[in-house]
Parts: sequence; C-alpha cells; structure tokens
Amino acid sequence: MNETPRYYVPDSSIWPIIGSTALFLTAFGAASFIHQSTEKVAAEGSYGEPIFYFGLAMIAVMMFGWFGRVINESLKGMVSDLLDRSFRMGMAWFIVSEVMFFAAFFGALFYARVISVPWLAGAGNNLQTHLHLWPDFADTWPLFMTPGGTSTEAMKAWGLPFINTVILVSSSVTVTFAHWALKKNRRTALKAWLFVTVALGAIFLTLQVVEYVHAYTELGLSLGAGIYGSTFFMLTGFHGAHVTMGTIMLLVMLLRCFRGHFTPDNHFAFEAASWYWHFVDVVWLFLFTFVYWF
Amino acid sequence: MTSLADRLRTGLQVVLLCVFSSDSFAIEYDMRAGVTDLSQRVQGIHHMGFYVCVVVGIIVFGAMFYTMFAHRRSRHPQPAQFHESLTVEMIWTVIPILILIVMAIPATLALMEIEDNSNSDMTVLITASQWKWHYQYVEADIGYYSNIATPQDQIYNLEPKGVNYLLEVDRPLVLPTNKKIRFLTTSKDVIHSWWVPDFAVKQDAIPGFINEAWTRVDEPGVFRGQCTELCGKDHAFMPVVVEVIPEEEFDAWIADQRLAMALASETAVADRNKEWAMSELLPIGQNTFISHCATCHQTDGMGQGVKYPALAGSDITTGNIEDHLNRVMNGKEKTEMQAWAPQLTDLEIAAVITYERNSWGNDTGDVVQPMTVYSAR
Amino acid sequence: MSTHAPAESKYRNPILGFAARWLLTTNHKEIGTLYLWLSFVLFFIAGALAMLIRLELFQPGIQLVQPEFYNQLLTMHGLIMVFGAVMPAFVGLANWQIPMMIGAPDMALPRLNNFSFWILPFAFTLMLSSLFMEGGAPNFGWTFYAPLSTTYGPPSTDFFIFAIHMMGISSVLGSINIIVTILNLRAPGMTLMKMPLFVWTWLITAFLLIMVMPVLAGVVTMMLTDRHFGTSFFEAAGGGDPVLFQHIFWFFGHPEVYILILPGFGIASQIIPTFSRKKLFGYHSMVYATISIAILSFVVWGHHMFTTGMPLATELFFMYATMLIAVPTGVKVFNWVATMWSGSITFETPMLFAIGFVIMFTIGGFSGLMLALVPADFQYHDTYFVVAHFHYVLYPGAIFGTMAAVYYWLPKWTGHMYNERLGKFHFWVAMIGVNLTFFPMHFSGLAGMPRRVVDYSLQFADFNMLSSIGAMLLGTTQVLFLYIVIKTIRGGEKASDQVWEGAEGLEWTVPSPAPLHTFETPPDLEHVLNLAHDLNAEGPGSNE
Ligand code: HEA
Ligand code: HEA
Ligand code: HEC
Ligand code: CUA
Ligand SMILES: [Cu+2]
Repeated sequence: MNETPRYYVPDSSIWPIIGSTALFLTAFGAASFIHQSTEKVAAEGSYGEPIFYFGLAMIAVMMFGWFGRVINESLKGMVSDLLDRSFRMGMAWFIVSEVMFFAAFFGALFYARVISVPWLAGAGNNLQTHLHLWPDFADTWPLFMTPGGTSTEAMKAWGLPFINTVILVSSSVTVTFAHWALKKNRRTALKAWLFVTVALGAIFLTLQVVEYVHAYTELGLSLGAGIYGSTFFMLTGFHGAHVTMGTIMLLVMLLRCFRGHFTPDNHFAFEAASWYWHFVDVVWLFLFTFVYWF
Repeated sequence: MTSLADRLRTGLQVVLLCVFSSDSFAIEYDMRAGVTDLSQRVQGIHHMGFYVCVVVGIIVFGAMFYTMFAHRRSRHPQPAQFHESLTVEMIWTVIPILILIVMAIPATLALMEIEDNSNSDMTVLITASQWKWHYQYVEADIGYYSNIATPQDQIYNLEPKGVNYLLEVDRPLVLPTNKKIRFLTTSKDVIHSWWVPDFAVKQDAIPGFINEAWTRVDEPGVFRGQCTELCGKDHAFMPVVVEVIPEEEFDAWIADQRLAMALASETAVADRNKEWAMSELLPIGQNTFISHCATCHQTDGMGQGVKYPALAGSDITTGNIEDHLNRVMNGKEKTEMQAWAPQLTDLEIAAVITYERNSWGNDTGDVVQPMTVYSAR
Repeated sequence: MSTHAPAESKYRNPILGFAARWLLTTNHKEIGTLYLWLSFVLFFIAGALAMLIRLELFQPGIQLVQPEFYNQLLTMHGLIMVFGAVMPAFVGLANWQIPMMIGAPDMALPRLNNFSFWILPFAFTLMLSSLFMEGGAPNFGWTFYAPLSTTYGPPSTDFFIFAIHMMGISSVLGSINIIVTILNLRAPGMTLMKMPLFVWTWLITAFLLIMVMPVLAGVVTMMLTDRHFGTSFFEAAGGGDPVLFQHIFWFFGHPEVYILILPGFGIASQIIPTFSRKKLFGYHSMVYATISIAILSFVVWGHHMFTTGMPLATELFFMYATMLIAVPTGVKVFNWVATMWSGSITFETPMLFAIGFVIMFTIGGFSGLMLALVPADFQYHDTYFVVAHFHYVLYPGAIFGTMAAVYYWLPKWTGHMYNERLGKFHFWVAMIGVNLTFFPMHFSGLAGMPRRVVDYSLQFADFNMLSSIGAMLLGTTQVLFLYIVIKTIRGGEKASDQVWEGAEGLEWTVPSPAPLHTFETPPDLEHVLNLAHDLNAEGPGSNE
C-alpha cells in the first residue's frame, strides 16, 4: 500500500523501569514515613522519609528523561499523525480518569451533605440514631459543630475563593489566547499569553496558601474539624495539587516555546497541557459552587 | 471430638446420600423456614428464586447438551450458516424480563413489610463490640452483655466439642412470644452484624448509627445465630442466642432481672467493703481472665504475636498499679484493648489485676482491692 | 511465552541481555508474556493461601492457623486473586491478542505499556511484604471496610494502601493504552462493528477500569487520611459514616467484578464459534449486551449493602437494577448456545473450557440473581452462599476463561501444539475439583455458615470437609496446567498458522509462532480474510 511505515514502534526504553522503581520507592517510603512519624518509632527517626524524597526525585528524573526523549522524537519528525492521535486520545482518557478521582471526593461531599449529616441529626429512618447516640447534634452545613463536638467556622465564598475563581477562569481564557496565537504562528503573543497564564496559576496557588493559613489559624477549620473540614481540604487540596502540576506543565511549555518548539499544526504537548488546565478550571468551578458557595 | 476417620466416613455418607436418597438426608442444606411469618415468606422467596433458576437452567443447559450431542462433528459434519435472528433475540430478551418482574413482586411486598418498623410493642437496643453483644431492654431499662460460652479448650481441640459448639453464650437475649419486638443495632467499635436465621433478621451494627429491624415470634424456643460481618480476630466467636419465652412468663423474667440487678449491686457494695486476701482473689481473677482476656492474651499470659502483648513480665503488669488499673479499666483508644470498666464488676477487675500481677512469673505480691477499683471509676 | 531472540541485542553478556530484554521491552507480545507469567505466579501464591484456608476449615476447631492469621490469609487471597491473578492475566491476553486481532503493529503507546506492567511486580512486592511486617498483613477482608481497616487496621495497612495506589496507576495506564490502541490503530477496514468480540469486551472493560480505578484510589486515600491526618470521612463523630466507605468501595467494586468477567465473555465468544465451525450468533446483540452490562454495572453497587440499613426505596432501586443485569447476560448465554446450535462441534481443550465456562458461569449468575432478591439476601448475605456465588463466577468464569484462552492461543504464541490428552485430562479434573470445592458451599451457606470465619459449628463440618478435599484436587490441577504450558513452550508438535480449522480472524493469518513484530504495515483486510475464508471453505478435517 505505502512504502514508508505507517507506524512508529519505539525501541526498548530504560525510562519505564526507572519510573516503576521510582514509584515503588516513593510508595514504600511514604508508607514507612507515615506510620513511622506516628507512635513510638518516631524516636528512632524515619528511614522512610529519605526514601520517599529520593523516589520523588527519581520520578522527576524519569519524567524529564522520558518526555525529553519523546520531545526529541517529535522534533525529528518521527511523530506521525497516527501517533499524534494516540497521544491525544491517551491524554483525554487520562483526564477522564482524573475526573473520576475527583468524583470520589465529590461523592463523599454529597453523601455527607445529603445523607450522613442529616441522618445523624435524625432524618430519614434515623430518628433513633439521633435520640440514642447524638441527641445534641443539629444538621447544618457547613458543619459548625460535629456530633463529637468539634467546632469550626465556615470559609466564606465571596472573599478569596471568589477572587481565585476569577483568576482561574481568566487563566483558562489566556491559555486559549495563547493557543490561538500559536495556531496563527504569532510567537510573541503566544509567549506573552502563556506567561500570563503561568503567572495566574502561581497567584492562584499563593492565594490558596493564604486561605489555608487563614483557615487553620483563624477559623479553626482543619482536616480534623469533622467532615466539613475533611471534604474542604481534600477537595481543595487535591485540586491545588493538580493546579501545581498544571502550572509546571505550562511552565515547561513556556520554556519550550522560548526554545522554538511547536508549529501551528504540531503542538500536541501544548494542547495536552491546556486541556489539563481547562480540566482543573472546571473542577474548580464545581468546587466553588459546592464547597464554598452553597 | 469426632475423629478424622469419623468425619471422612460422614463425608462419604453425605455424598452417597445426595446421590441415592433425598428424604433420609438429615443434615441441613437448605435455608431454614424459621419461626416467624416473615422468615417463612423469605424462605418462600428463596425457593421461588431457586426454582426459577432451576427451570431456566434446565432449558438452557438442556439445549446445550442436546446440541453438543446432536451437532457434534461426527454426527453433523456440515455446520449450518445462520447467525442472526432479530425475532429470537427479542424473545430471549423479553421473556427473562417477564420472569424477573414476576420474581420482583413477592420480593418487593415482603421487603416492604420487613422494613415497616412501626407499632412495636417493645424495643431492644443491641450494641455490639469486639466480640460480644450488649442487650438493653429500653422500656424496662435493664441491660447485660452476652459473651460466647464455648471454652477455649474446645476450640483448640483439647476437649470434645459440645452440641452447640460456638453457638452458646453465657446470657442469651430473652424475648416474649407474640410481641412485635423492635431491634435497634449499633456498635462501639467496628461494624458487626446481628443475625438470627430463624427470624430472617440480619442487621448491621454500625458505629455511630442505629439501624432498625423487627420480629414477632409465636413459639417459644432457643434460636441461634452469629455475627455476620468480619469484625476482627474473633469474628467467628461472636454468637447470638435468643431465648423466646411465653409472653406470660416474660414479665416475671423482667422482674427477676430487676431483682438480680438490685442484689448484684448489694453484693457489689458488700464486696468492695470487704478486705480481700490474695488467695481469695486469685481464683476469681483466673476465671475472669480466662473468660474475658485469654482470647487475646492467652491463658499462659504470653499474648499472641506482636499485636497482643504478653502480660507475663510486661512493664504494665509488673509496674505501677495505677497504670495497670487504668489500662484495664479504660483500655487503649483505637486498639482492640477495650475499656473493661463498664463490663466487669469492681471485684472482677480487682481480681483479674491481682491475678495478672501474680501469675506467669509476675510476682509483684500486690493485692488490688475492689475498693481501689471503685474509687478509680 | 515465545522464544524469539531479542530483536537486536546490544548486550554480549547473556544475563544482562536477558534482563535488558525483559525489563526494557516495548513489544506487546513480550509484555503480554510478562503479564501472563506474573499473573500465574500470583495465582499460585493466592491459591496456596486458599489451600491454607481450606486446610484450616477441613475440620471444626482451630488446627493450623490462629484467627488473626486466618483473616490475613483470606484478605491476601481475595486481593491477590482479584488484582494479581485475574486482572493481569486478562491484560496479558489483551497485550498479546488485541494488536494481532485488529491488525496493528503493537500497542499504541509501547513505552507506557512497559511502565504499566513493571509497576505491578513492585506493587505486589509491597503488598506481600506486609505478611512479614510487625502486626501482620491486612486482616480486614478484600473489601477492607472502615473502621476495621482505618481505626483498627494493622500498621501494614499503609503499605497496602500504597500498593493499591500503584495497582490503580498500572491499571489506568494499561487501560488507556488498550482503549487508544483499539480506537486508533485498527487496520483500514476493521470497523468497530467488525472487531472480534474479545476486542470489544476489552474495549468496554478498559472503559470500566478508567472509570472505577480512580475511585478506588480515592477511597484508599480517604482511608489514609482518616488513619493519619485526622479526617473523619468514615467516622460518625465527625459527621462522616462508615457506610460511606462501602458506597464508594462498591461503586468501584461492582464494576470491578464485571472487569473480571467481560474479557472472559469475549474469550468464549472467540472460541465457541471456532469449534462449532459456525459464525457467532447475534454479533450485534452481543456488543449491545456487553455495553448494557457495563452501564448497568454502575448503578447496582448497593446490592452488596442491603443489610447496612439503607432506606426501603434505595433497596428496591438496587434490587431492580441488579435483577435487570440478568437480561443482557442472558442474551449472551443464549447467543452462545445458538452459536453451537446446528454447528459442527468438536471438543478440543479450549472448547471444553469455554463450555465449562458458560455452564458454570451461568450457575454462578443464577445464584447472583437469587442474591439480588433483598429479603432473601438478608439470609444469604455474608454466608458461604455468597462465597459459592462468587467463586462460581470467578473460578469457572474468569479462570476457566483465561485457561481456555491460553489453550486456544498457546499454539499461536509458541508454535507448538499442547498435549491434547493432557489438556482434556486437566479440564475434567479441574471441573470435578471446582464443583467439589464450591458446590457444597451453597449448602453450608444456606444452612447458615457465615463467611470469613476461622472456625464453625458442627453442623457444617461435612460440607466443609468436602470443599477442602475438592480444593486439594483443584490445587493439584494447577500444577498439571503449569506442566502442560511449560512442555508446550519447550517443544511439541508443530502448529500450523491457522491452528484451528474453524478459526477466523487476523491472528490466524500470521505465522505460528507469531513473529515478534506483526503487521508492521497494515494488512489488507479484504484480501487476508477472504484468503482465510477460502481455506476454511475447503471443508472440515483439513487440519487433522
Ligand atoms: C465475575 C464476577 C461476578 C459476576 C459476573 C457477578 C454477577 C452477578 N452478581 Fe455477584 N458477586 C461477585 C462477583 C460477581 N458477580 C463477588 C466477588 C461478590 C462478593 C463480594 C464480597 O462481598 O466479597 C458478589 C456478590 C454479589 C451480591 C452481594 C451478596 C451479598 O454480599 O449479600 C449480589 C447481590 O445481589 C450479587 C449479584 C450478582 C448478579 C445479579 C449478577 C449477574 O450479573 C448475573 C447475571 C447472570 C445470570 C442471571 C445467568 C445467565 C442468565 C440467563 C440464562 C438468563 C435468564 C435467567 C433468568 C431470567 C433467571 N453478587
Ligand atoms: C479470581 C478470584 C478467586 C479465585 C480464582 C479463587 C480461588 C479459590 N478460592 Fe477464593 N476468594 C476470592 C477470590 C478467588 N478465589 C475472594 C475475592 C474471596 C473473598 C475474600 C474476602 O472475604 O475478603 C475469596 C474467599 C475464599 C474463601 C472464603 C474464606 C472465608 O470467607 O473465610 C475460600 C474458602 O474456601 C476460598 C477458597 C478458594 C479456593 C480453594 C480456590 C481455588 O480455586 C484455588 C486454586 C489454586 C491453587 C490451589 C493454586 C495453585 C497450586 C499450588 C499453589 C500448588 C500447591 C497445591 C497444593 C498444596 C494442593 N476463597
Ligand atoms: C480483643 C483483644 C483483647 C482482650 C479481650 C483483652 N486485651 Fe488487653 N490488650 C489487647 C491489646 C491489643 C493490647 C495492646 C494495646 C497497645 O498497647 O497497643 C492490650 C494491652 C493490655 C495490657 C497492657 C500490656 C502492656 O504491656 O502494654 C494489659 C494489662 C491488658 N491488656 C490487660 C487485659 C485484661 C485484664 C483483659 C481482660 C479483662 C484484657 N486485657 C483483654 C487486647 C486485648
Ligand atoms: Cu462481630 Cu463479626
Ligand atoms: Cu456486585
């Protein structure tokens, strides 16, 4: 049919095995670290900690090496349209899996709000639960006072969180501007918009840290403040982690732009990063609505 | 205990019985009918489900075996060519749906009745903890623990096993006949599940929440069940025994319990005002230890693995009495070592601590008096 | 299991060469082989644990293992069978077969493929190492309900959590690869509705995996924070609920059990037509049935939780939804029978296993249907009746399915025929073993024996003894299987390219053993398949 091979099957590669070793070290280190840092072993110090950090570093090296190689291949023009499609589909499905990860935590949030907290206060078929076990507990959301008696204040939606919403939504717009610029091959605009996006991401993260400090020091809102605190920090925390990842990805794209990578019709990596960025943005909108607002 | 050979022989008999006769088949192999209206309906639903499956199975497997026989290559060398038919696909989509609807109706009706907890005559609050049940008669305001009564020696094959091996308790739950009894289940630690097959009642006991179930039994009798949610080490050793007595006797039984409670508190007062000698405490302590503590710390006080510490020579059992008292009375948070203060009397706690401090080579010579325990409460 | 030389060996040293080949490979066939061997090893480990369980349960009383250790055995057995034996086996088959069946040169993302695989041995090292840790291995059942696993879990629970995370990453990456391969790398002309059913079922399985593995990761993360960082997802005192754990777990868990069976459905749908010498009956309805099963599987999770005190309406919803799954599953079963109907059937080992699969799986499905009836489930729940149910769908389902596939494709992989007489012998002994082991469990369950108990009262003794005897028999057959596989790899009658005269599909157009690289240029589907078809038309018997 055609002379040139339609497919590109890469040679054997060292990076995956490095990656899985790194993952193992990270996991092993983290597990040892976590339970060594509690209880009696704490006194003996933790060998888990260095292993954990070493593992993380190794993951970073792996990513650098692996992606570096893919970038090289791409620059050499070894990426066919077919492979490019594979990459795109892969990224899309990866984002689907991330959505499901968040879905678990949103599920917990909704369960707490719609089911467990009302039940503890005697709703549904749980009058007896209320009477016998938690007679003083009242159903509120945010949960100011847990059944066990821990109290907290709520994080208000219209202060920092709203500003952060504006920031993140605008960053989604700026990254789209950057993309348009790239497609029209306007490199300066591309770099400028991308830079703005990265900066907005960084500002968002900074404000998030400010908010956490405020929560812990002034509101008594912490991971241990009952299910409200648990869902609040786990959702915003994992979101924050994803924003961090996204910002790093975009930063790398920015650096690659300065190196002159990407052409108007071949820039999968850029698009992947921007998809990811839109994804964290959408998650944030849900967060803002259900964690802060309603 | 039956020997291995005996068991093998029975095993063989079972196989033969299965094959040759069904009515002389004495051992249980079907869901029991139980003793309540609902349990009998539930058995009916089970049978319905079972027979539907048998019939569908006969048709499907019958067709398969027929085709395997009739259309094997030696008899049927030239395969047919058909491979699609919308009609048959429709048929075998619709017919199962109809069958399912027919099955769902009685199940739904029975379920609605099972879930109707209203209008009960009395309420029992069942609180599970590792690995015992606490029964609280809410209206009568009496309550007690129900522990497994099978001796460790039977479990470890050192003694022949009794008829009710693993299904016997020190104090059964006592219920009257002909009353709608509501059960409230909850737990102090992990999830357990309270099950009496003869009532078709199985309800999870969930820490921090209360679930409801109910039953009404017409015939007196003793009914046995078990905990059915994995709840840790001794999940297998958490039986439920319910004794149903005629409704007329029940009030008298309650009155008896009241009396016994009053008596017990009198004895408790007397006990704690008495100065006990070590020789008096040790046997009481040993009994308490064997029935409550040995499952984890072992009769020889050596514990089990790393998780269950040896009490022989441990820092606590040979150290400060205060700490020892505290550990036994209040337990340790988030471990299986539970608080024993609510479960044991002053005398028992004093005795078991004295026993621990003077056994297995622990020879502190300390004697702990019930009064000490009482004031530590 | 193939015996190719590495494509180009940079390493003089044979050990280094060997290590480099298997550690660094990006070849779908080699990775498939790795997956299959890993799953086999883990199957043996988990099976050996099951043997210990059965030995302990041989008689009432505690003979062999302490209660605490028993719970560890059972947890490890369940977890490793599910995550270590069945899932990797199916992924291994997917790796070997999917590219060959759709005319692709390899998986879409070969390096990622290697990564997905090599995470697994590490993950299971982490998991198994917990057996040797202070406080012992996880002891809360493969369903690890809170608070038994959170507040009361042993220290090794943290290792278990991270092991699950690693398996999750591996599964998600592996599934992404499979989906992308199927959607993007089909040879021209291989439309979705022409794909072999094995490929279809895997497409849907991979979708399920991507949807639910992250949820599992989420729930173990919540466990971790509940254990160590003070959150109260599963604690009523903080406003959470232990039952929330079960909801999230079973939202993963129920689709998971279909993950463990759908590829098996696909395998049966390949094998039965081949040995009936007749096209699969109702291809389209098979595809739609698989899709319906997958969709329904997201809304039935509550059937594992009927006794947790859900409100009536919720119970009814889950009951109806669960019962509904019998419909598409029934369609599949009926279609298999219709495929055999009026065929020209022979009973080589793969066919025997496939038929065994259909019959035994259906029996397991029947008991599943009974379990779905809520009032009856109050009696069945957490008894050996459930254990009987799921071993019927899992052992003669997933494991028979895998074994059928191995017998079916082994000649293609190794170039050698396995020993047919031994294969048949294996089947019959396994069949007896499976039924002897698991059938009596229905009875002991109905009679009232709870599951997850180290010891039981006397009336259950006889059925348990039967089960234990069956289990020993079943254990022995695994050794036989290992022997047959190794023998076939080392040599044996030369297999033709077509291998099975009735077989259709691209994988039969490449040589046996399949060369390391197949379809480096896309096959001309029309031509190749017509060719194969002509060969078939020469009539039966040409292969003997
Ligand atoms: C491969 C894995 C697999 C598969 C395919 C299934 C399939 C099904 N399962 Fe099963 N199940 C498990 C694995 C699996 N299960 C496991 C591991 C557990 C226990 C988990 C634990 O607690 O540890 C479990 C537990 C379990 C429970 C919970 C029991 C309890 O704990 O109380 C229930 C309850 O509804 C259930 C139902 C079903 C149903 C209705 C199906 C259906 O999909 C079956 C459909 C098939 C058929 C019905 C047969 C063929 C159909 C026909 C021939 C059509 C005509 C038939 C009729 C109309 C009757 N399963
Ligand atoms: C795919 C899944 C799968 C498979 C294939 C099996 C296979 C087997 N399982 Fe199961 N099992 C589960 C999944 C599976 N299991 C799950 C999910 C649970 C629930 C756990 C929980 O409750 O949390 C469970 C629970 C479970 C129990 C219930 C324990 C309890 O509730 O207390 C039992 C008891 O008999 C059992 C037995 C067996 C046996 C005998 C086999 C046999 O088929 C195994 C055969 C294989 C081998 C034997 C290995 C190969 C051979 C050797 C190692 C050589 C040595 C041979 C000898 C020493 C004879 N399993
Ligand atoms: C369910 C298991 C279990 C039962 C029953 C049990 N214990 Fe314990 N016990 C434990 C565990 C576990 C610990 C260790 C707690 C820790 O420090 O982590 C412990 C610790 C102790 C200690 C402290 C030992 C040390 O050196 O740390 C004493 C004393 C003790 N138990 C006494 C008793 C007495 C007395 C009883 C019975 C009345 C009893 N235990 C019943 C599980 C149990
Ligand atoms: Cu209590 Cu199991
Ligand atoms: Cu299910």
